[in-house]
Amino acid sequence: MTRVAIVDDHGLFRAGVRSELEGHVELVGEAASVPEAVALVTEVRPDVVLLDVHMPEGGGVAVIRGAAELAPGTLFLALSASDAAEDVIATIRAGARGYVTKNIATDELVDAIERVRAGDAVFSPRLAGFVLDAFAGPAPKPEDPELDQLTAREREVLRHIARGYLYKEIALRLGISAKTVEAHVSAVLRKLQLSNRHELSRWAAERRLD
Amino acid sequence: MIDGTMASTPTRAPLRRAPSNWGPGVCAGLGRHLGIDPLIVRIAFIAAATAGGIGVVIYLAAWALIPADTAEGAAPRRWRTGRSTIEVAVGMALIVLSLLLTARALGLLWSDVIVWPTVLVAAGAGLLWRQSFAAPRAEKPEPAAPDEERRERTRVLSRSGFGAALVIAAGVVFLYVTGALTAARDAVLAAVVVAAVLGIIFAPWVTRLVRSLASEREERVRSQARAEMAAHLHDSVLQTLALVQKRADDPRAVAALARTQERELRAWLAGREGGHDRLAAALEGAAGEVERAHGVPVEIVVVGDRELDDRGEALVAAAREAMVNAAKFGDGSPVDVYAEARDGELQVFVRDRGPGFDPDAVPPDRRGVRESIVGRMARHGGRAAIHSAPGAGTEVELTLPEAS
Repeated sequence: MTRVAIVDDHGLFRAGVRSELEGHVELVGEAASVPEAVALVTEVRPDVVLLDVHMPEGGGVAVIRGAAELAPGTLFLALSASDAAEDVIATIRAGARGYVTKNIATDELVDAIERVRAGDAVFSPRLAGFVLDAFAGPAPKPEDPELDQLTAREREVLRHIARGYLYKEIALRLGISAKTVEAHVSAVLRKLQLSNRHELSRWAAERRLD
Repeated sequence: MIDGTMASTPTRAPLRRAPSNWGPGVCAGLGRHLGIDPLIVRIAFIAAATAGGIGVVIYLAAWALIPADTAEGAAPRRWRTGRSTIEVAVGMALIVLSLLLTARALGLLWSDVIVWPTVLVAAGAGLLWRQSFAAPRAEKPEPAAPDEERRERTRVLSRSGFGAALVIAAGVVFLYVTGALTAARDAVLAAVVVAAVLGIIFAPWVTRLVRSLASEREERVRSQARAEMAAHLHDSVLQTLALVQKRADDPRAVAALARTQERELRAWLAGREGGHDRLAAALEGAAGEVERAHGVPVEIVVVGDRELDDRGEALVAAAREAMVNAAKFGDGSPVDVYAEARDGELQVFVRDRGPGFDPDAVPPDRRGVRESIVGRMARHGGRAAIHSAPGAGTEVELTLPEAS
């Protein structure tokens, strides 16, 4: 089973996620603050960390920055109450492999955890919308056209995610394999993390620190 | 007795030029101020005018210096406000110059050195004093527009500054002409050094003062924001929590309340509540209504945004119908709405994961609604496509080319 750690400063919410995930994944630890989370991740090396975005002392971004190098095998999936662009984009750019909001259904959350563990990116419909927004129109100064623009296919895949389609449904509709859909999403995630399009850096910079 | 007390302390009328339709009102104003008949003042002026013309000069000076009574009538106001800063300064300077020249001609002047400094002082003092004696702003309920007030303040400041500069210049000219400036240089140097020392000593204190004032203002702004947020939370979240407690035995109602509150709070946090004059806000508003009315979650993602015109409103109405349809026939599955404003067209997708149906065999109860979606889009130059198959859910696709 996938080894999962939960990082959230709300005890009640941790308890809720714990009871939801029991039996679906192996829960290996919980942390309620940034330093606790960094210590936990480096010590137990979970496969996937469910990461709250808003926490004192820098939030999820600080956890990823502090722990990613010390625990190279660990992947981060942001699980947040916020769906503000600044939060979503900043967390993805810090290195999270996906972003889902806290009102996600249990089976979808389990599916997202497995998908992250398998190395795929997890985009909620809203995250797909943000990405389409950020990459809308031509890049003003394409420093790296490869990174600063989406291909037509990637756009099409993101649009379907935003419309609420699952990967396998998208594959069916576009006449490509599910693996190809996943490859497109991973490519988009890479662009999201590395591109210097000013919409992305602006969102990342505007994020309030708490 | 009371009358006696009143009489012993007469309240003197303020020195103002009386409103008058034919002249500056100097004599009437003086008379009112001194408590004598204006006629006496007028006779005194005429007498003074015949005695070497001094009366005329004093009359003109009084005209310039005494503010008009603004309590009534527009005519006297015109006299006062019509003169600009420069005119007042030049006028005063000319009056004094003429006085000095008269004195010189009469042999009363002991030195020509004082002429220009005195003229400059007169001009500057005229400005400054006139400012001080200016009619107090009429306290009428009509509030001055903020920028108007600011302009007025700037005008007053610049006039005062101009006057002060003239007086100082006069002092410097006088010192220079009399050769006192050379001697004064040492004193000035000492004064500058003292000022610099004082500046260095008090600068931290002054900056601290300024900074504490700024932080105080910031704190005030922050507490205002907090109060606003508290008010909003009272009206919304606390209200909802109270409702949730009351209806704790009805999980469906509680879930619906929580959803509605969440949507409302998110819209508020993102700063886009109220005002449905833009596409995204209007669609989100429609989604919220459908969610409330049917108790089915409606997830909406909007990419791009537009001002909402008539056609946009038709699109929103059609999308709303599609959402209602999806909520009704989607078997309680969440409804996904995706809208995109692209170059040249607006697109909305409304999708449910319900049982779906065969589009070629549309159930009669859905035909009417379908007409109201397809027909409405067609009327506004757009189109609607309905993709559905038994077991695969239904997706309504609305496309509206933008009018060029």
